[in-house]
Amino acid sequence: MSEYTPEEIHHHVKTYVMVFVALAALTIITVSISYLDLGVLPAVTLALIVASIKGSLVACYFMHLISEKVTIYWTLLVTLAFFLVLMFVPLSTMLVQAKV
Amino acid sequence: MSTDYHKESFFTKYIWSTDHKIIGLQYGITALLWLLFGFILMMIMRYQLAYPESPIPIVGALLGDGGLLPPEMYNSLGAMHGTIMIFLGVVPLAFGAFGNYFLPLQIGAIDMAFPKLNATSYWMYFVGSVVMVTGFFVPGGAANSGWTSYPPLSNIATTGQTVWLCGMVFLITSSLLGSINILATVIQLRTEGMNWMRLPIFVWVQFITAFLLLLAFPPLEAASVLQLMDRLAGTSFFMPSGLVVSGVALSNAGGGSPLLWQHLFWFLAHPEVYVLILPAFGIVVEVIANNTRKPIWGYKSIVYAVVFLGFMSFIVWAHHMFITGMGTSMSSFFQTTTMIISIPSVVILTALFMSLWGASIRYNTPMLFALGFLPMFGIGGLTGLPLGLAAADIYLHDTYYVIGHFHYVVAPGTIFALFAGIYYWFPKMTGKRMNETLGKLHFFFSLIFMNGVFLPMMAQGLAGVSRRLWDGGEMYAHAAGVLYLNEVMSISAWLLGMTQIFFIVNMIISLMSKKTGESNPWGATTLDWSATTSPPLGHGNFEVVPTVYRGPYEYSVPGADKDFTPQNEKV
Amino acid sequence: MDIPFTVKERPDTGLYNGKLGIWLFLASEVMLFGGLFSAYVFLRTGAESWPVGSDILNVPMATLNTMFLITSSVTMVMSWASLKLNDFGKFKMYLGFTILLAFGFLVVKYFEYTAKFEHHLYPSTNNFLGIYFTMTGLHVLHVVGGIIVIFYFLVPGNKMWQSDPDRFVNRIEIVGLYWHFVDLVWIFLFPVFYLL
Repeated sequence: MSEYTPEEIHHHVKTYVMVFVALAALTIITVSISYLDLGVLPAVTLALIVASIKGSLVACYFMHLISEKVTIYWTLLVTLAFFLVLMFVPLSTMLVQAKV
Repeated sequence: MSTDYHKESFFTKYIWSTDHKIIGLQYGITALLWLLFGFILMMIMRYQLAYPESPIPIVGALLGDGGLLPPEMYNSLGAMHGTIMIFLGVVPLAFGAFGNYFLPLQIGAIDMAFPKLNATSYWMYFVGSVVMVTGFFVPGGAANSGWTSYPPLSNIATTGQTVWLCGMVFLITSSLLGSINILATVIQLRTEGMNWMRLPIFVWVQFITAFLLLLAFPPLEAASVLQLMDRLAGTSFFMPSGLVVSGVALSNAGGGSPLLWQHLFWFLAHPEVYVLILPAFGIVVEVIANNTRKPIWGYKSIVYAVVFLGFMSFIVWAHHMFITGMGTSMSSFFQTTTMIISIPSVVILTALFMSLWGASIRYNTPMLFALGFLPMFGIGGLTGLPLGLAAADIYLHDTYYVIGHFHYVVAPGTIFALFAGIYYWFPKMTGKRMNETLGKLHFFFSLIFMNGVFLPMMAQGLAGVSRRLWDGGEMYAHAAGVLYLNEVMSISAWLLGMTQIFFIVNMIISLMSKKTGESNPWGATTLDWSATTSPPLGHGNFEVVPTVYRGPYEYSVPGADKDFTPQNEKV
Repeated sequence: MDIPFTVKERPDTGLYNGKLGIWLFLASEVMLFGGLFSAYVFLRTGAESWPVGSDILNVPMATLNTMFLITSSVTMVMSWASLKLNDFGKFKMYLGFTILLAFGFLVVKYFEYTAKFEHHLYPSTNNFLGIYFTMTGLHVLHVVGGIIVIFYFLVPGNKMWQSDPDRFVNRIEIVGLYWHFVDLVWIFLFPVFYLL
């Protein structure tokens, strides 16, 4: 049930503020990393790691995914699986093709 | 939602209705009309193929040029026949009409979860379908790059392609809203006692179909947006560098990839194949269980097979792209997944054949169509196997063999199942019965002529005749031996068209006949028959919302007082 | 008869209809943007040369925009929390801030786009700019859609707070989920286009 007591809500609000601070800090970090000349591969990896952390924070706390119902988890799990297929399978066909 | 259904105006009752039954009928009627329209386009094409040099009768007057069909127009007809049949005809009929009307009834829901969204979904579909067809009236005619719209051809095609893409965006949005609705309805609105393993197979297939539409359609929407950008804003997402058309180098920046479109397109369009066939399975299961008067064989196997089929359908799409030269390792991957995905189809088909075993079958019209479905879909499925293997596919790709294969799946397969559904549920929708004699004539002639159209295609395809030839292959020596088949197929196609008159006449006289007053004429066990009147009440469906006590196919239960035990009958 | 579980949760799933609906919608949105990200990766990997985003695009402006959207996400969730605490005034204040920040985002985006056009950088210039304009453009459309819906609940739709408060809270939660998703997409768009 999504019925929260006022105390819980107050607790939530504290979490939101903390998440906000974390998001702002991570934004600054990712921008500053981009000004270092790291080369493509480390830069991409770092930027995607930071973005994933930020995305997870938003999803888990703002979207309350951290305490969601099992139906939603299943839906998103299936979506995630097909998302990964969509991202990487076309790419791999091209990479294999480029080698031929 | 308005619970007061006595004071509805004509507008809220028939136009902007939020009642799932009215929306189902709206979908059904619109889709049937589009099916007829798509069929007429095909009949024109068949005339051109059978008699390439003669003017087209009747519609020839509209074409100018002495009634001869220009090649561009032939391409338009081909592209629009495919698009209309799939996106405007079969899917809206199978998913929009049957899903909307019978799914809530079968799970004991008083309506869909989001009635207004449901109405929006229908009108999105309606607008999209009209937009799609206005393509015929823009300069250069309707989209003429095939229903697959492969770039770079589609990027440099006439305005009709832009119209096609706009229509597609509407249709995709409509499907998304519809699938969200179906999913939420099944998950949230199952009545008391209707747990997952008591759902009729029809509900299961609609549920999985909705998942496919929900997750497979958006990448095509993305691709459509990209192609619109290519066509309107001059980007080069699908345009390779250095393209020369008619001796003129194109001014695009280049650097794009036509294969990108193929990936995004087939990421939708392969699951789409299962969107076309799964609802057909569901209808056939309902009809067979009812007319064999025994429980369906292997309920759980069918359910797991359907779920597995849905999941696998997302990782087989590149078997449409073997000739793009994706390299042996990726080809092997997609060949393997393609062979694996044929297993659940075989499981379902086997379960259905097993269900017939030892039954005292009632050979009424819906059952005949369902029985016709089984071997026809079997042929369609088996002829697909060579296409799933790269070595054979390289030879057969883009020949009439492919056309024969998928038409066996969709035309005598899905369309037969949809007819079975119409004959089966007509008494539920209207409270009247359809004429059996006309129905049987409709079935037998359809069966003969369907095979008359599609079987020769296999022969032509194996001889190597390309599917895209405007003259039916006249200029190719290797086609000479099978060229006479063009006339056989065309005559079968027109006779098939004539056969549908049985259906139309049957529909009209049945609608004009008196109500029979029976609510469950077939003696069926599912809630749509056992818990509602025929036709069901306006908003709300049920007098009392039913409670479910048992599985969906309890026919001929030993010791029971009649040969069917409805799901809502107390233990 | 009314459709069940429009406000109260269904006991076995623990969800009310709208919440499931919006998550299903977001799942399809994941696949929509997934298709575009996939296109981006495909085009970039296949390209002979690909420009560095920060050479062409304005990183400080985009950083500002990131801050706008992150903040608007916080105010959105705060407005929901205020409703849960029965504080309608604070709810309106936070929701107002959300709209304001969203407009801020659009204004910055407007200046970014026009600056590109002034330098004769169009979608047709190269595939980097093409996919940049397409994806951020689609994202902007999502922001605009969000603004319309949020405005509806801030002004004409807020009467429901009196007539059916539980349902109103649910609706705000649903709008919030959508809005956070828009924020989430931007969190990925920002590094992908500006920083890499």
